[in-house]
Amino acid sequence: MDELVLNEQIVDETAISRRAFLQGAGLLLGFALTSGSTESVFAAPASQVIESEITGTFAPNGFVRIDTTGAVTLVVPMIEMGQGVYTSLSMLLAEELEVRLDQIQVQHAPPNDALYVNSIIGIQNTGGSASVRAFWTPLRQAGAVGRNLLIAAAAKDWNVDSATCRAKDGVVFDASGSKQLSYGELANAAARLPVPPAANVKLKDPKDFTLIGTPAKRVDSAIKVDGRALYGIDTRLPGMKIAVVAISPVLGGKAKTVDEKAALAVKGVRQVVNIDEAVAVVADHTGAAKKGLEAAAITWDDGPNGKVRIADIVKQLEEESQKTGAVARNDGDAGKALAKAAQRLDAIYQVPFLAHAAMEPMNCTVHLQKDRCDIWVGTQAPTITQSLVIELTGLSKDAVKIHNHLIGGGFGRRLEADGTVLAVKIAKHIDGPVKVIWSREEDIQHDMYRPYYFDRLSAGLDAAGKPVAWTHRIAGSSVMARYYPPYFKDGLDPDAVEAAAVPPYALPNIHVDFVRVEPPGVRTSWWRGVGPTHNVFVVESFIDELAHAAKQDPVVYRKGLLGHNPRALAVLSLAAEKAGWGSPLAARHGRGISVQYAYGSYISQVAEVEVGANGSVKVKRIVCAIDCGMYINPDTVEAQVEGGTLFGLTAALNGSITFKDGRVEQSNFDNYLPMRIDAVPLVETHLIKNAESPGGVGEAPTAIVSAAVTNAIFDATGKRVRRLPIDTESLKSSS
Amino acid sequence: MAFKLKINGTLHDVDVDGDTPLLWVLRDVLGMTGTKFGCGQGLCGACTVHVGSQPIRSCQTPVDSVVDSSITTIEAIGRAPEGAALQKAWLELEVVQCGYCQSGQIMSAAALLKDRPKPTDGDIDANMSGNVCRCGTYQRIRAAIKRAAGV
Repeated sequence: MDELVLNEQIVDETAISRRAFLQGAGLLLGFALTSGSTESVFAAPASQVIESEITGTFAPNGFVRIDTTGAVTLVVPMIEMGQGVYTSLSMLLAEELEVRLDQIQVQHAPPNDALYVNSIIGIQNTGGSASVRAFWTPLRQAGAVGRNLLIAAAAKDWNVDSATCRAKDGVVFDASGSKQLSYGELANAAARLPVPPAANVKLKDPKDFTLIGTPAKRVDSAIKVDGRALYGIDTRLPGMKIAVVAISPVLGGKAKTVDEKAALAVKGVRQVVNIDEAVAVVADHTGAAKKGLEAAAITWDDGPNGKVRIADIVKQLEEESQKTGAVARNDGDAGKALAKAAQRLDAIYQVPFLAHAAMEPMNCTVHLQKDRCDIWVGTQAPTITQSLVIELTGLSKDAVKIHNHLIGGGFGRRLEADGTVLAVKIAKHIDGPVKVIWSREEDIQHDMYRPYYFDRLSAGLDAAGKPVAWTHRIAGSSVMARYYPPYFKDGLDPDAVEAAAVPPYALPNIHVDFVRVEPPGVRTSWWRGVGPTHNVFVVESFIDELAHAAKQDPVVYRKGLLGHNPRALAVLSLAAEKAGWGSPLAARHGRGISVQYAYGSYISQVAEVEVGANGSVKVKRIVCAIDCGMYINPDTVEAQVEGGTLFGLTAALNGSITFKDGRVEQSNFDNYLPMRIDAVPLVETHLIKNAESPGGVGEAPTAIVSAAVTNAIFDATGKRVRRLPIDTESLKSSS
Repeated sequence: MAFKLKINGTLHDVDVDGDTPLLWVLRDVLGMTGTKFGCGQGLCGACTVHVGSQPIRSCQTPVDSVVDSSITTIEAIGRAPEGAALQKAWLELEVVQCGYCQSGQIMSAAALLKDRPKPTDGDIDANMSGNVCRCGTYQRIRAAIKRAAGV
């Protein structure tokens, strides 16, 4: 692969206003921040930045920039956090622009909902496994518009009909192939042509794709194997100080005493900033700041949430879940059918609060000046971040610059801008740029957690074991109500019931409702897989209970309920076949299956587990079949299946955030346990190829894996896991 | 205190307290940000560098303990044959996702290959389980180590 340059976007809108926008598109001028060298500012050569203006840019829309050297830049609307969007979105553009993938440079987009909206979410957010779905059409159109204009510019130059010309690898050829002009040579002329409406350009027939659908190499790999990749935490600016924070351990608490003198006595410490909710020690480097923070020996006034504990939160959920909720689905008459059923099953399922624990701890660099505020951060929500900074500083939109970065693991955590808000509050007290860094402990203890959900289910079976009634009540926090209030209507959170309101199965009488319960002293938010991660565990476990009650094989039973749903049936059948479903297993070994439709994709997994006599669970193998419609890059899909599965599995085995005295009881990787290489099962991916619209992939495997594993545990031990994380104590052999 | 540190073959002068973790000297004082901060407690391996040929967690290593040593970081590991082979395998097998932990993963793997050029699965488990990857790239890390080692 050619040298890739990841450009950090710096948009100088004052500079833009001095220049005529190309085609009135109103776009940026790029100042490329690359891993070049600025010896004058910093000592080390390997991780530096230079600023250079892209000149003579052909910019027919928000996404494409081609300069006179022929450099092609994709201004990527979504942020890269490992899921591979810089590659898949570049592939969409390259396919239609007729450039090779290695000819494209990528640049983080500035905040701009009008230009870079994720149409599935409604703002410029990277989330919901929606990037490919949302930009599947816009980016191919952007490429096609660019190609058409470049060809038209060449045709004009040659005085021929543009229909006789063609483009390949960034070069336009005439009909004979004897004349050619590169995109760089054409950039200026193409920039003067009128831009056709994107919807009017003809896109390739998928059968003519040469790049989409191929396992093209990731565009961000090379800079991630030698330390060059720049994450938000790697930001370095002239005169920058480092602030390490201690946030009140109890939500709503305040600093009571701070030994500022002791902190300031530490070599390299410059300042102590106390904003009540948090204390920051500002120093020349993180080591000094951390030492200073320790010396400050802060004591806290806990405030109203000082008595919050997990048992009370669960008790509240248990009580509230007995009340009627907002109805998400009501087909037939589930109550009546339940009363008449030949057999009735009832169950309670619970899933815990979960932290994101991304590898890159929370951080944000701020340079607040009288007339502008610059923010360097990796964010999944750049426009929300910008709005909040505007609110905090009173500056105009033009004066608040968000310089987005690669994210060292998002998983939903960076959909929240609380880290930036805190950093700006601190920066208000500091002269010059400051990088605010959270310790791992702060990161885990001040996360915004996946909600604890408490679910009640009932089902009625007829004499043949078919489900004739299904009721499911979900009680828990509503992230949607806080984050996207317009989507929270009449007490119903569509995310909290996703994949529960519409399970893949034929269920004639079904009633699903949601009771919003906001726990005190806990902030909740999006966590990879969101609603389905909770609901698929519950639904796929309960359907397994029904199969058992009906004395039927779990695969056969599911197949009987999926006759109307061919794509779900196909992934289920494929996963079962590839896993050798039904072949004999040793004692205390088991297989479990699950199937899911969410994020526009169908997925099924079979897990194979071994449960030790001491209750220990070893997941040996996971076989996954996925139908995500037309896929862009099969290797990225496989990588997401492998990684997403482990993310969900880690939570199922170990993940739980609990509270005592208002404080989070977990703090670091020794008590909030990540999966490590010695516990990793083999994950096999079987990808179904078809011509359906692309579906999302990043979250699907995270959502589906828990039920496959707990169903396998049931197969191995006869013990049903209805609460996560899996309690190995309860799985001990009784013999 | 002023210290002289030999990092990737170059001598650097730094003036910090002797108990300052090497990680922050690398990242904040010298601007070598390839070495990552993950946990601050030696639990995740993101900050792994080599002192001599030994992999160490730089977040737990006071700078005054490495003044006479030769330190290698991710920025220079490609100059060593194991490092170069690992980086090539990492690219061939498309190991990275977010990439944040990969500096530490490659540094641990390079130390492993130097010590055991033909590692078994057990060797990989034993030597790599100190490195956390939340994206879950472990399956490919294992395969890439084996490819680099030719096993």
